[in-house]
Amino acid sequence: MTSDETPRSAVVRIAGVDKTFARGDQAVTKALEGIDLEIARGEFVSLIGPSGCGKSTLLRIVGDLIAPSSGTVTVNGKTAERARRDRDYGMVFQSPVLFDWRTVEDNVKLPLEILGQDAATRTARAREMLELVELGEFLNHHPYQLSGGMQQRVAIARALAFQPAILLMDEPFGALDEMTRERMNGEVLRIWEQTGTTILFVTHSIPEAVFLSSRVVVMSARPGRITKVIDIDLPRPRNEDTRETRRYFELVTDVREALRRGGGSLDDAATMDAASIDRTMAEGAVG
Amino acid sequence: MSATPAVRSSPGFGGGTGRGRRSRASAVRSARYYLPAVLVFVGATVAWEVLFTVLNFQSFLLPKPSAIVAALQANWSGGRFPLLPSALATLQEALLGLAIGTVAGVAVAFASARWVTARGILLPLSVAANAVPIIAFAPLLNNWFGLLNPLSKALMAAVLVFFPVMANVTRGLVQVEPGALELMRSYAASEWTILRKVRIPNALPYFFTAMKIATTLSLIGAIVGEYFGGANSVLGRLIVNSASALKFDVTWAAILFGAATGILFYLVVVLAERLLIPWAAAQRGEG
Repeated sequence: MTSDETPRSAVVRIAGVDKTFARGDQAVTKALEGIDLEIARGEFVSLIGPSGCGKSTLLRIVGDLIAPSSGTVTVNGKTAERARRDRDYGMVFQSPVLFDWRTVEDNVKLPLEILGQDAATRTARAREMLELVELGEFLNHHPYQLSGGMQQRVAIARALAFQPAILLMDEPFGALDEMTRERMNGEVLRIWEQTGTTILFVTHSIPEAVFLSSRVVVMSARPGRITKVIDIDLPRPRNEDTRETRRYFELVTDVREALRRGGGSLDDAATMDAASIDRTMAEGAVG
Repeated sequence: MSATPAVRSSPGFGGGTGRGRRSRASAVRSARYYLPAVLVFVGATVAWEVLFTVLNFQSFLLPKPSAIVAALQANWSGGRFPLLPSALATLQEALLGLAIGTVAGVAVAFASARWVTARGILLPLSVAANAVPIIAFAPLLNNWFGLLNPLSKALMAAVLVFFPVMANVTRGLVQVEPGALELMRSYAASEWTILRKVRIPNALPYFFTAMKIATTLSLIGAIVGEYFGGANSVLGRLIVNSASALKFDVTWAAILFGAATGILFYLVVVLAERLLIPWAAAQRGEG
């Protein structure tokens, strides 16, 4: 899955994308400037950068939830809008966005209902997806009866239910505690390896980006630009031991330095992550 | 993650054998919850009775509870002040008004949630109408639809019911989690699908909140309408007539009847809410 393989077909092609938000008459915020990026089939690409670097905006442009000011996004050779209408996207947001009036199973069935699949297919597919995220025993629970991590796994099951060509994830674990987040990272990798889905993942956690991705796209703020793309050549399958290898720490350092050179100051969460890694290394926990 | 979430006892989540034990436990819990209120009510009534007997207050100021109970028994269904038939007649007017006001309120709510232009016209008008002391229209309604026509009382109730229903249902239809709309957009769902699968279920708890207010308001509207004249066998006329005949024990008995009707009305709505949208109460941690 690393990028030194022979050329593969690009699922997503982002070319010359700018995004400006007009506020009032003159004050214009440049959210994104000159974004070029290609994502190959089956890749796991993370967008990382300080708050306000436009990483979530870029994700929403790819998913045709907002339109770029200029430039183009092509998905499987189609426009982003065509791709959205063809249901090529599965989306997972920071908030799980589950509907309390539906059971866990019915939440996962929602996109299948909209796609007009028959009841038997919907049930089979929803149960298969909930088995995949290991929530098979919680079919008849309602979302408010589940923990935050479980709710987010339901959201992932729902996003995968109709086998989208690409999974767009916008800080899906940003609201979870560190322990749960690490466990969820393992889950996402397992699901990605099992399904072969292409994933575009927005995060502001350096360890998360390095652990998950085949490539990390580093962005800077105001205007949002890509400052560096870092190949993550950690061997797969990755597991908890991966987090303690020397190469992992080197890559974490690479990403952190790229973020610093980008001029954007990291937000608190990311800085804390970096500090705790420094401490771990100093204590000689490096493999 | 492996921890089983706390399953709250509420309709719809009963797990077979556990159900009996759970509902008994919840009965004990709700008895304990209401006990202080019941004790205070009984205590206050006893104190009222004892204090008025000891101090020998004049009964036209405030009759003793025992006198009110005696008046209740004496005028239950016959004589000059038949309580039960009057209460039923008033309830009919209130129900008719509730139905008219609710249908109108829901219709306007749907229109203003769907069309921005409609919202621009209807919302300011409704807010302005609500600021008017609507009770002032009661004599007019009696003129327009006939003093003896129950419809003139029902319309008084309908006017009072309309605003809270319209305002709450509009809020429920419009105030949808932004992520939910992004999610539906990513599925390329139509406005109609979004209405059915997101907006209407989202508005149901708001609707029931409105109904809890509206039931009381419909009774107030009907009784106030009756104050301004009409057939004699209704609660409002009975209150006016008994008071002018200085039969205050009967007046209080009638007020008690009105209160009991209002509380029953409210409980019906609460019960309907529990049955139709059990998830809403369970989510609030009730039930």
